[in-house]
Amino acid sequence: MVRRHLLLALGALVVVVLVLETTSQFRNAQFAAMAYYAIAAAGLTILTGLNGQLSLGHGALMAVGAYSTALMLQSREGTLPLLVILALATVITVVVGALVGVAAARLHGPYLAGATLALAVAIPGIPLYFSEWLGGEQGLNVRMPEIPVWLADAAYFVTGQELTQIRYLAYLGWLGVIVVFVLLANLSRSRVGRNWQAVRDDEVAAELAGINLGRARVQAFVVSAGCAGLAGGLLALSARLAAPSGFTLTLSLLLLSAVVLGGLGSLVGALVGAALLTFLPQVVTGAGTDLGLTDVQAAQLAPLIYGLVTVLVVLLAPAGLAGGLRKLIHWRRSS
Amino acid sequence: MQQLLTTVLTGVTLGVVYAAFALALVLIWRATRIVNFAQAPMAMITTYIALVLIDAGYSYWLGFAAALLSGLVLGAVVERFVVRFVSGKSEINAVILTLGLFIVLHALAAIVFGSRYRSFPAPFGLRGFQIGDTTIALTGFGVFTVVAVAVVMVGLVLLFRGTDLGLRMRASAFNQEVSRLLGVKVGRMLTLGWALAALVGSLSGLLIAGGGLVHPSYMDGVVVYGFVAAVLGGLDSPVGAVVGGLLLGLSLSLVSGYVGSELVPLAALVILMAVLLLKPGGLFASVRERRV
Repeated sequence: MVRRHLLLALGALVVVVLVLETTSQFRNAQFAAMAYYAIAAAGLTILTGLNGQLSLGHGALMAVGAYSTALMLQSREGTLPLLVILALATVITVVVGALVGVAAARLHGPYLAGATLALAVAIPGIPLYFSEWLGGEQGLNVRMPEIPVWLADAAYFVTGQELTQIRYLAYLGWLGVIVVFVLLANLSRSRVGRNWQAVRDDEVAAELAGINLGRARVQAFVVSAGCAGLAGGLLALSARLAAPSGFTLTLSLLLLSAVVLGGLGSLVGALVGAALLTFLPQVVTGAGTDLGLTDVQAAQLAPLIYGLVTVLVVLLAPAGLAGGLRKLIHWRRSS
Repeated sequence: MQQLLTTVLTGVTLGVVYAAFALALVLIWRATRIVNFAQAPMAMITTYIALVLIDAGYSYWLGFAAALLSGLVLGAVVERFVVRFVSGKSEINAVILTLGLFIVLHALAAIVFGSRYRSFPAPFGLRGFQIGDTTIALTGFGVFTVVAVAVVMVGLVLLFRGTDLGLRMRASAFNQEVSRLLGVKVGRMLTLGWALAALVGSLSGLLIAGGGLVHPSYMDGVVVYGFVAAVLGGLDSPVGAVVGGLLLGLSLSLVSGYVGSELVPLAALVILMAVLLLKPGGLFASVRERRV
């Protein structure tokens, strides 16, 4: 299984290089966005699908990662290498996630949803209160560090193209996606992952089988928070900004809807959901303005569709779009 | 002293509104075991309906009545045509469904009513009453808020305690199977329950908006405060929701007055966590603690 995942990852790496090298700057920026959505969605789908914990607070956890990254990139002279910064941002979010997770482990269903909802609403207030340190309403500007010379040279040598900042970011994001997906895929098929599923399916049975319920839940939350932290860090780099308005309740809800659309617990579903979050707005906003809506109105069409499809998926196809498709394929094969 | 009095009075006025919102959540929770997170955007939509009427030149009271009525209809429609299909299935699906509705209503409001801030009128004065030389923080609108919520609560008590319909609604919330056997049309009672809850939610939306600004996400914080208030009271008890709302209003007002209004949602989170971890059955839990 592990070997299969590594082979898949290698294949994915080749596809990523081909796609990023042949598409425009604009598309590269979109792929960079898709990468951080995919990482956050993957963390959330593992938490909700595999462990049965619903989190409406992942937008807030992304804010933690984003602000950590932004703070570490503030100093003018020399910062840590970018990978180290992203790793540190992930670790900081993991610590915050552990705190939340310890509390969340004792809650379920609507209680957990309400508590994480409170988290999502509370976190954006913190930079407003500590405005001198965290930049208040305007947020913190993020200075993207220079691309290391050896990397720029190597990239030019291999591809014959100049490595732009945006393409560099897209590579960074997709490297993150591949690493995170391989780790999560292996994890969910390991003993730990099976424990999480056992806790989701039947608490009492899991406890009788010797699984520590609290520990399994906190583990799942921590892993999921780590993904959100990395995603937040990448978001801050892409947006060049960490500001409260970027991490509203809407972000948390859209992440959840992406995960539901793709199918809870499915990593492929997380990728599908992230693609929808990234590419759908442009398509429907264009269609909306053609129909005579103003720009502001048309911008709301995408969330409207996410919400409607989320409701429909819950009502009609609880396995999500990916699951529904899989079922359709099986059905056609067997008939 | 002056500041403490101001804080307490603001806290009571806010607390009353949170109590109303918490009551709306509790009504639905008792009937269907669903926390209706979409209550916030539902109340936002009905407030916009009132605003459109008022801006078109009609009186405040017509808008007020129209908002409450449309809340009633919206609640019934949401229950009958959406929520009905997940009742009794996994609780995670029900929560996700209400969140899907949340996103839909948000986007719809922004498309139909625009997403800029619009000011909402108040029918009574927004200046504090004068006692001697000092102005206290109790406004005419504040008094109206307290009275309006009190009237609705007394109405609900009369309905649930005093009428046959109320008895049937309580029966179907208590045990659907048995009520059905006794000839209660449970489905209709649930629809009515959601409609009433949405009406109470709309009222709190109108009261929050009065004299302030309205935009598609102005109720997002209130749903958190309403939920915290409901959990303080045990999520199951209407009286608990009211007491929880008042307590929460006071505490948040203290935080806002003495620490900073930016940290109010964080304080709500801390209170919620403390209650859920220390006394998960709510402050008035007399029975053994439930496993949350």
